[in-house]
Amino acid sequence: MMQATTLGRRGALAAAAGLVGLSLLPKPAAAQMEPATAAAIRKIIGERTPEEGRVQLRLPPIAENGNTVPLTVTVESPMTAADHVKAVHVFADKNPTPDVATFRFSPAMGRAQADTRIRLGQTQDVIAVAEMSDGKLYISRAEVKVTIGGCGG
Amino acid sequence: MAAPIGQPRVRLPAQIKAGEVIEIRTLISHIMETGQRRNQEGQIIPRDIIKSFTCTFEGQPVFSMDLHPAISANPYIAFPFKAERAGNLEMVWTNDAGEQRKLTQAVRLAE
Repeated sequence: MMQATTLGRRGALAAAAGLVGLSLLPKPAAAQMEPATAAAIRKIIGERTPEEGRVQLRLPPIAENGNTVPLTVTVESPMTAADHVKAVHVFADKNPTPDVATFRFSPAMGRAQADTRIRLGQTQDVIAVAEMSDGKLYISRAEVKVTIGGCGG
Repeated sequence: MAAPIGQPRVRLPAQIKAGEVIEIRTLISHIMETGQRRNQEGQIIPRDIIKSFTCTFEGQPVFSMDLHPAISANPYIAFPFKAERAGNLEMVWTNDAGEQRKLTQAVRLAE
């Protein structure tokens, strides 16, 4: 009984956090974002508000196999000690858990880019949030239509 | 109990000039079990993934990645690196159980 109450409260808190997150994100980025995704983003960036732009997601518009979808993130940045990208966080809005990856960058890279392959359970938006060395945040999203889901169902 | 971590493979360009930004491409074989799937008895197959990757050059951090179950099996990770001087890149993959695979890759500069 006690446990059920605690869980219920946690669920409510998470949902509330999600709603708050939703309202604080810039309009286009927050469009139709799941509460779980907004909460996952909030967990990383706190109450700060990201701007649109500078971070770019490259994904195929249609993925026949959601088990392995190529993803490239790039950020416009000189990648110097004074001005570089610290991290890029990637989320899949409608996966069972929205977290996909965090890339941590350094000026030693010379260019802000990372490539990997991801799983997408269904057609959805992939969202990237970049954290710059001056504390600024940028967000962007890209839709992928998935023919066969990739969460091992 | 953790699934075996395969031998990692790393590719650099054949010729590297000083100051050039190269792409480092890595691949490691691993099942990346999500923890969402069930076996034939209906029990959840426990999560077992490579959860982190780090790359340093002569002890200095270059790039790292936190991986979640949404990363495909046999994780492919590629990133740029500005080759200012010759030296060694050290790469480490770590699974949920804390087991690691390490690989040292020499960076040699063309004359």
